[in-house]
Amino acid sequence: MKASLVAASVACLLPMLASAGEYNLTVDRVEIDTGEFVKEGIGYNGSSPGPVLRFKEGEEVVINVTNNLDEMTSIHWHGLILPFRQDGVPGISFPGIKAGETFTYKFPIVQTGTYWFHSHSGFQEPDGAFGAIVIEPQGREPFRYDREYVVQLTDKHPHSGDRIMRNLKMMPDYYNRQQQTAGEFFSDISEYGFMNTLRDRLAWGGMRMMKADVEDVQGFVGMINGKSPDQNWTGLFEPGERIRLRFINSSAMTYFDVRIPGLEMTVVQADGNNVQPVNVDEFRIGVAETYDVIVRPREAQAYTIFAESMGRSGYARATLAPEEGMQAPVPEMREPSRLTMADMGGMHGMDHSDMSGMDHSGMPGMDHSGMAGMDHSGMSGMDHSSMSGMNQAAMANMEQASMSAMDHSNMAGMDHSGMVMSGSGASDPFYAEGSGLTPVAANGGKFLSYADLKAQSPLYDEREPTREIELRLTGNMERYSWSINGVKYEDSDPIRLQYGERVRFKFVNETMMTHPMHLHGMWSILDVGAGQWNPVKHTISVQPGTTVYMETEVDAPGQWAFHCHLSYHAASGMFRKVVVEGGPESSPAVAGEDAEQGGGA
Amino acid sequence: MSPMKSLIVAAMLGGVVLPTLGATQEFMEDTTARKQPLRVWGIQFEEFEYRYSDDDEEFGVWDADFFYGTDELKVRWLSKGEYAIEEQAYEGLENQVVGQIPVSTFFDAKAGVRFDTPEGPDRTYAVLGVTGLAPQWFEIDVSLYVSKDGDSSVELDAEYELLLTNHWILAATLDAATAFSEDREIGVGKGLVSTETGLRLSYDVIDRSFSPYIGVVHERKYGDTADLAEDEGGSAEDWFAVIGARLAF
Repeated sequence: MKASLVAASVACLLPMLASAGEYNLTVDRVEIDTGEFVKEGIGYNGSSPGPVLRFKEGEEVVINVTNNLDEMTSIHWHGLILPFRQDGVPGISFPGIKAGETFTYKFPIVQTGTYWFHSHSGFQEPDGAFGAIVIEPQGREPFRYDREYVVQLTDKHPHSGDRIMRNLKMMPDYYNRQQQTAGEFFSDISEYGFMNTLRDRLAWGGMRMMKADVEDVQGFVGMINGKSPDQNWTGLFEPGERIRLRFINSSAMTYFDVRIPGLEMTVVQADGNNVQPVNVDEFRIGVAETYDVIVRPREAQAYTIFAESMGRSGYARATLAPEEGMQAPVPEMREPSRLTMADMGGMHGMDHSDMSGMDHSGMPGMDHSGMAGMDHSGMSGMDHSSMSGMNQAAMANMEQASMSAMDHSNMAGMDHSGMVMSGSGASDPFYAEGSGLTPVAANGGKFLSYADLKAQSPLYDEREPTREIELRLTGNMERYSWSINGVKYEDSDPIRLQYGERVRFKFVNETMMTHPMHLHGMWSILDVGAGQWNPVKHTISVQPGTTVYMETEVDAPGQWAFHCHLSYHAASGMFRKVVVEGGPESSPAVAGEDAEQGGGA
Repeated sequence: MSPMKSLIVAAMLGGVVLPTLGATQEFMEDTTARKQPLRVWGIQFEEFEYRYSDDDEEFGVWDADFFYGTDELKVRWLSKGEYAIEEQAYEGLENQVVGQIPVSTFFDAKAGVRFDTPEGPDRTYAVLGVTGLAPQWFEIDVSLYVSKDGDSSVELDAEYELLLTNHWILAATLDAATAFSEDREIGVGKGLVSTETGLRLSYDVIDRSFSPYIGVVHERKYGDTADLAEDEGGSAEDWFAVIGARLAF
């Protein structure tokens, strides 16, 4: 008892020893001008996005948040490791911040890198309530740069979040203007033949699934740092300088494929954690992820930062230039992606026991179990002779993987690669083989894969996980309801973890949509097959028809949110509460309260 | 209170309270809206149109759907009307209030009451039906109606939307009614009663909330129903040119 009292008193004093910074944020109704439309939204300190908060590692921050709205609000510090009562999720970490009130967040900064903050109340975040966080390290960084910019992306939509949610519930394809048309039917006929096209449409129609179901919410304007493509946010540089670009995807729903034509990008950080540098021509940034890249423009010319949405329904654009007003050509968007049968791999009430005989050795961190129970019976007699340009090697793999557990008796003459495919022929172990979503660099060069991410230095010792928890990502597009293991948040019990364990999470995506899964409070160690060098993230994208593993050192007591970061997926059920049982007191900042709960321990 | 003092008090409190509460009781319950079923509402006019028949008759017609509820239970008010402009009378006016629950991935069951209050005799029916999306994107609604007098009938509504482009949509509809007993008073004979087939070409002007269309509608009555209509001086078959808009709010 005495010892713990002393420890508690020391803990109370510690903040005074560290540097302390006080920050003030107001939550305000703001006007957002995208050039194409002006709408009312929510911002911080009078603008959306809000300010860039610059913290220093080791600092004890005090952040006063004043709610000038006429409704409850909250701020979640996305990716920050902090006591759970400071995490800012109403109903899980704290009650929320009432209209007119000021709430003071207080927590130590124990990490470095690029992060962001956003409201976790209602649809305030899609309505504009977000900003960036940059945390400077105490020591030296393992890379050099001469200047830096935050590049914060969002998908600004003319409709309010509430209205979008309601429209999606009323008509799931309300915003989808990339659906397959009669015209595409005829162009597919000329490309793939009549029977192949007809079979393709019947197979998809039979499932009541759309190949065009890549982006649920279209009609947005891609924005960078609050500027639309026409408003053209510009970052200045001197030729020869190294520029660090801190990309943050603060979109409600949109993945972006980012490139800077003419410049190679060196990825040095993912989700705030340093990675071993990897040079790429393009990368895909999931919702809520961050990537830091270093570029070195040597010419005194302008370069376009071009971020087109994964579904190619919109883009964001900005410019790096030696002088204000210079600009470079803006590329055309590429053709919209179409899903393939490989992306449907997880559907049809598949059975995960059928995994024997699969060899995953060449595919770190992933397996194709989702395909085991697929029924291809409707596709017999298919002929892919007309499928020129397809990557046959990839197809062959797909068949092996997906059919190992199937009954081959009625497969004569069948080849399900004969489906009309818009698959690129590209390969990435974090996409289903033959997926229509597998990214390809616009210039034919290197596209970043999760498999390229290796931690710069391991954050945790490697050890065997204590147990595995399977989370099937499930949903019903036609009802626009999303869930985990078939259960929506409203009907769910918390996921209970024990303090001190290391849990291996197995995500099995049984839907045809990509889900960026975000665990609050504790790191998500993504299994890319690199052992102790596996990258440490806060948000992990799980592509359709794939299984992805992550491990978490359960080192943060309290309760935390765990959800898909697509706003309208989280709001319609793809959300869980995680309770960490046991462990030490969580926060010196709220020592009184904590002592009350844990006093007997 | 000094931190020391409060710690001691807190520790004592904790020592008393904790053993009975157990370790997990300390955390707050999520009582926010997020933990509640999502409640949504919507208003849709599948048809809101002016009809001009091959007998030079004019009608104002609507087919509307108002709903409120959750994934698990919705209340729907379905309203259909056919107003003869010259006669200033409702040839058809039916309102249904149904509760709707999901029964499979793509289908809901519904049950409720239907009130028919056109010009002429009124009717009240109990309604039992299924509605949803069939393979190959056919929207299907099948309802069984039983009147207070025990007259029963079945109605099938089917719709298919062909996307000419992502804004030009050709919608084909088929409504068919079959009666298991006759109800002469309202001109319904036993057997296949009537069909209404429509073809409407629409253009989405404002999102999906305002989509003007033009189209043709063919109405046909069959068997005894046709005879009853002709006895009344009506026709068993009508063609209409229609102009209107699909609406959604």
